[in-house]
Amino acid sequence: MSAEHAALLARREFLSRTAAWGGGLVVALTLPGCAPRPAAKAGAPAAAAAGGEVNAWLKIAGDDTITIIVDRSEMGQGVYTSLPMLLAEELEVPIAKFQIVAAPVGDVYINQGNGGQITGTSNSVQDAWDKLRLAGAQARVRLIAAGAQVWGVAPETCRVDQGQVVSAQGQRLTYGQLAAAAALLPIPKDVKLKPAAGFRLIGRSLPRLDTPAKVDGSAEFGIDVKLPGMLYAAIAQCPVLGGVPRQVDSERAERMPGVRKVLTAPGGVVVVAEHFWQALQARNALQITWNEAANAALDNAKIDRLLTATLESTPGLSARADGDAARALQTAHRRLDEIYVLPLLAHATMEPMNCTADVKADACDLHVGTQVQQMAQAAAAEAAGIPAANVRVHTTLLGGGFGRRLDIDFIPAAVVASKAVGAPVKLIWTREDDMTHDYYRPPAYLRLRGGLDASAKLDAWSFHTTSPSITARFAPSATDPFDSVLEGVANFPYDVPNVAVNYSRQEIGIGVGYMRSVSHAINCFGVESFMDELAVAAGKNPYDFRLELLDKKPRHRQVLQAVAARAGWGRPAAGHHQGIALMEGYLTHVALIAEISVESGTLKVHKIFCAVDCGQMVNPKIVASQIEGGIVFGLSSALWGEVTVRGGRVQQTNFDTYRVLRSNELPQIDVQLITSGEPPGGIGEPAVALVAPAIGNAIFAATGKRIRSLPFNRTLKT
Amino acid sequence: MNTLTVNQRALELDADATTPLLWVLRDHLGLTGTKFGCGRALCGACTVHVDGAPMRSCTLPLSAVLGRSITTVEGLSPDRSHPVQRAWIEIDVPQCGYCQSGQIMSAVALLAKNAAPSDADIDAAMAGNICRCGTYARIRAAVHRAAELMKPPSSSP
Repeated sequence: MSAEHAALLARREFLSRTAAWGGGLVVALTLPGCAPRPAAKAGAPAAAAAGGEVNAWLKIAGDDTITIIVDRSEMGQGVYTSLPMLLAEELEVPIAKFQIVAAPVGDVYINQGNGGQITGTSNSVQDAWDKLRLAGAQARVRLIAAGAQVWGVAPETCRVDQGQVVSAQGQRLTYGQLAAAAALLPIPKDVKLKPAAGFRLIGRSLPRLDTPAKVDGSAEFGIDVKLPGMLYAAIAQCPVLGGVPRQVDSERAERMPGVRKVLTAPGGVVVVAEHFWQALQARNALQITWNEAANAALDNAKIDRLLTATLESTPGLSARADGDAARALQTAHRRLDEIYVLPLLAHATMEPMNCTADVKADACDLHVGTQVQQMAQAAAAEAAGIPAANVRVHTTLLGGGFGRRLDIDFIPAAVVASKAVGAPVKLIWTREDDMTHDYYRPPAYLRLRGGLDASAKLDAWSFHTTSPSITARFAPSATDPFDSVLEGVANFPYDVPNVAVNYSRQEIGIGVGYMRSVSHAINCFGVESFMDELAVAAGKNPYDFRLELLDKKPRHRQVLQAVAARAGWGRPAAGHHQGIALMEGYLTHVALIAEISVESGTLKVHKIFCAVDCGQMVNPKIVASQIEGGIVFGLSSALWGEVTVRGGRVQQTNFDTYRVLRSNELPQIDVQLITSGEPPGGIGEPAVALVAPAIGNAIFAATGKRIRSLPFNRTLKT
Repeated sequence: MNTLTVNQRALELDADATTPLLWVLRDHLGLTGTKFGCGRALCGACTVHVDGAPMRSCTLPLSAVLGRSITTVEGLSPDRSHPVQRAWIEIDVPQCGYCQSGQIMSAVALLAKNAAPSDADIDAAMAGNICRCGTYARIRAAVHRAAELMKPPSSSP
């Protein structure tokens, strides 16, 4: 163990102790009778004890009910199953009967990889990997020690078996009987975690714990929250992004049935009514004059002009400079220079944005599907005018996140409305509100240049992107000028002596946000399409061309070879054509082959093959479903995804104008999971990025036409 | 007072007759399993059965369903024992789960008409139900599995 790692574990131990003993961090979850009790006297079975909070992630009740406090948000990626599996592996209990509770706001729940209580960057398992196994192991050691104390024997002589501590003489006490006593014992140091060979749960496709509630309507999403006396709200937002109300005539709306109040709040004008439909009808009856502000003249042509001008006139900040790419390009035997263009995209989670706030005199309960509990708390506190510590955040299930729920723009209005009416208020955005007021995936212009030497070997490669910054808006105090914008490029894997990577930030007047696969999905389209262009220029098979440049990258090679073998690279079905793409991101290596046809100008995707090495898998079934889901997400974006702006207004308003993949359009998807002992990588995002370049490369194979802008169903025809 | 039969219970409610059935179910009756996704019958998240037929409740005014029998996902079974629910659990279909009530209601309606649907039958019947998580392949597998579970024992070879 490195010193750094040891220090990290020491910090975690401190945090764990704070949580267990300080109590404050998990107090919101403490049920009556479940608080830690004094240890039972030796010899007296602890059956009367009512269980206890063993640590910040684990509570064991006297009746042996085990509650796992999950500190990442469940948005479909499976953290309500995979994270409990990590803890259970060391606690030595089956997971099937676990109760799952969403963590409140607390420092102990900070995701070290994200620097906050944030579910994002596909790193939930990475962050939890040591943390939750250690939490489980420490709990196990303390439960054994508590049992040994009861029996007056040495802990070393005891063992655990399916939720019980067993003495050498065969005496048994359940975890529930021992939990209260265990919670008072010191946190053990030097607990050894199991080697992979000893895993009993990790690596198994156990059933998801959240599935049963998702088949009978009982799963509670933010939009389903019910509180006594709750009212409903709808919001009118300026159709022009960034605009604010100048004058509001609410006379007619206020007279409509059920309407309780109309108020101006952060983001727009809110109507509170007894029922949502009433609130929505009254919202639609509002007469609002907007101050449309700076974006009234914004359209796609202006965005394109801003980005292209910056791309042409600035060299950009250098993020990577191997050798001398500029010089090598000048002297190249063959030179390619192309621009790739990516549109704005909307997240379009199935559950539109919503938030339920219950503001009382000096406190607020916030019920919300969020990926950012601390930011949600801070936003609610500011809106309510109370200290952040007085805001309790209750995280519900998320009806899709995809990065949209990293933003908290829909929260303050609910809080202000609740405060104004003195009752809990559930604010719901319509689909139109959601689609026209997203934080969109940033548009980008990518300039790629490559130089081949006389032997057709790739000698120089240069990438220059122009795009607005997500992080500058999301976290203004962040100091890294590259934020996430060079994902998938800064780690350009191919062995090329001269590499240059540059970024020119260019804002466009509207806020952009993190969307599943973030900049990988933007950059991979350029990087992997251009690799194909270079292969063609070099007169090589695109697969061989890549493989020859990956001598030092065994994991990249492995997924590339695996997918080629599975897909039968070079041997597509009659009339079909293949395209290949490769990436590494979130510590995960992925290669993908798309098999398509183009008939009379119409693109059809027949098959997608994907090979994935995400390191140690926790639950392979969930991994496979995430990869499949990522491919479907990538297909929607690649085939149809495009948000356009006219007069500052987003023109796509619902699923008729913002088309996403439907079941009858699903290609055959084959996911190949590679067994790996490497540290766990992310699985929610990687595959998304490869769909567009693999399809684009296949379109070139089919038609000889290189498509350098998305979405294909528009650009193939132009 | 308007009367509506939901999950075989006759209920009286005070909602205006122009209110879409979706919001009657969710806000007035507390049956939040039926989801709001688009408000325009484009995504299928709000699918319920009206006299056994799958309908998008977000665009169906209460006045159109008075006196008719509504079934929501909550009414399929008291204990997740409906064959479609069992198949969904067995195959672990949901990811975020938000669209799944609608998917399940569409699947139940399909199987009521077609006891052994082909892949193409399933895709056609389910094309109105969007899933952004991309669970379509498992939905297809689960519909096939539900069809097996629904086969009368005597028809087994």
